[in-house]
Amino acid sequence: MNANLTIADVEKGQSLPDLSVAVEVTNVVLGAMASRDWRPMHHDKDFAVERNGTRHVFVNTPHNAAYFERYITDWTGPLGRLGRIKFRMKDSVFPGDTMVFSGEVDDVRVDESGCAWADVRVNLHVGGEVTTECTASVAIPQGEDDNPWKRRGEDWQP
Amino acid sequence: MSGLPAEVQGWIGEKRYPIESEFDVERSYIFSSCASVENGNPLFWDEKAAQKITGGFIAPPSMISVWFRPHFWTPDRSEEGKPLQCHFDLKDSLELPEAIIADNTIVFGEPVRIGDRLSTYQVIRSVSELKTTKLGTGRFWVLDVVYENQDGELVGTESYTGFGYRRES
Repeated sequence: MNANLTIADVEKGQSLPDLSVAVEVTNVVLGAMASRDWRPMHHDKDFAVERNGTRHVFVNTPHNAAYFERYITDWTGPLGRLGRIKFRMKDSVFPGDTMVFSGEVDDVRVDESGCAWADVRVNLHVGGEVTTECTASVAIPQGEDDNPWKRRGEDWQP
Repeated sequence: MSGLPAEVQGWIGEKRYPIESEFDVERSYIFSSCASVENGNPLFWDEKAAQKITGGFIAPPSMISVWFRPHFWTPDRSEEGKPLQCHFDLKDSLELPEAIIADNTIVFGEPVRIGDRLSTYQVIRSVSELKTTKLGTGRFWVLDVVYENQDGELVGTESYTGFGYRRES
């Protein structure tokens, strides 16, 4: 995880460091159980193949979201506070796949309340194909004395 | 709006399916979620860091829907609770047998803290006119799932764009 990023460290067009994750059955099942998703296509290969027509069990949506959160906050450090995240899932991720997350800063801005934001675009690739597109807005400190987590009410406008 | 049943028109903007989570926000699921993606953010692991930055341990924001997934079994439940019930209501009422979720946006409010007891409700924001896409002919809808803590503070809103449709024959 990065040390705490400040908004002065961020600029439009900047790339986020890639993250590569080898997916195993254990990952998929652990993510499903951690998100209380008991549906069999996330832990029972026979069910996934025979009923869903997929080649194996696959990563569920909250687990996917948790990966994106980790990817973004690995970059910002713990003072980075997610305000908004949007997904478009295009394909599933299976055991044996290697997920590669890559990202870029689309915009850097300060809102009316004085909160500094980085708008980022993150893609999840498997085998060179994008399986999930994500855009997110993450609040980043303006300086050493700023902490986006302290913002409440009118001062938090994600 | 053309052909939209009165029942559906009445649902738009209405708070529906209010429920309270079956259990308090707890750390064990947070550890499991972080372990499943190797998230080492000290907000979830280091008490001193959490105290300094967020005033105590919080849950990863992306876990917001986790606290409402029903237990696999309980001794007194007669039927399984369905997340996104409004989505299925629209499918049924509009007689659209197929449906997809086109996208999902989550906006985060107050942090979710250990011991919080959250509640939720669903709101249908809009239903479109009939549209034809490569999937078939049907309607798009926007559905919000709103999450609040025990003090009535907004902790997050998930917005889903759904498309219910009938395949072209």
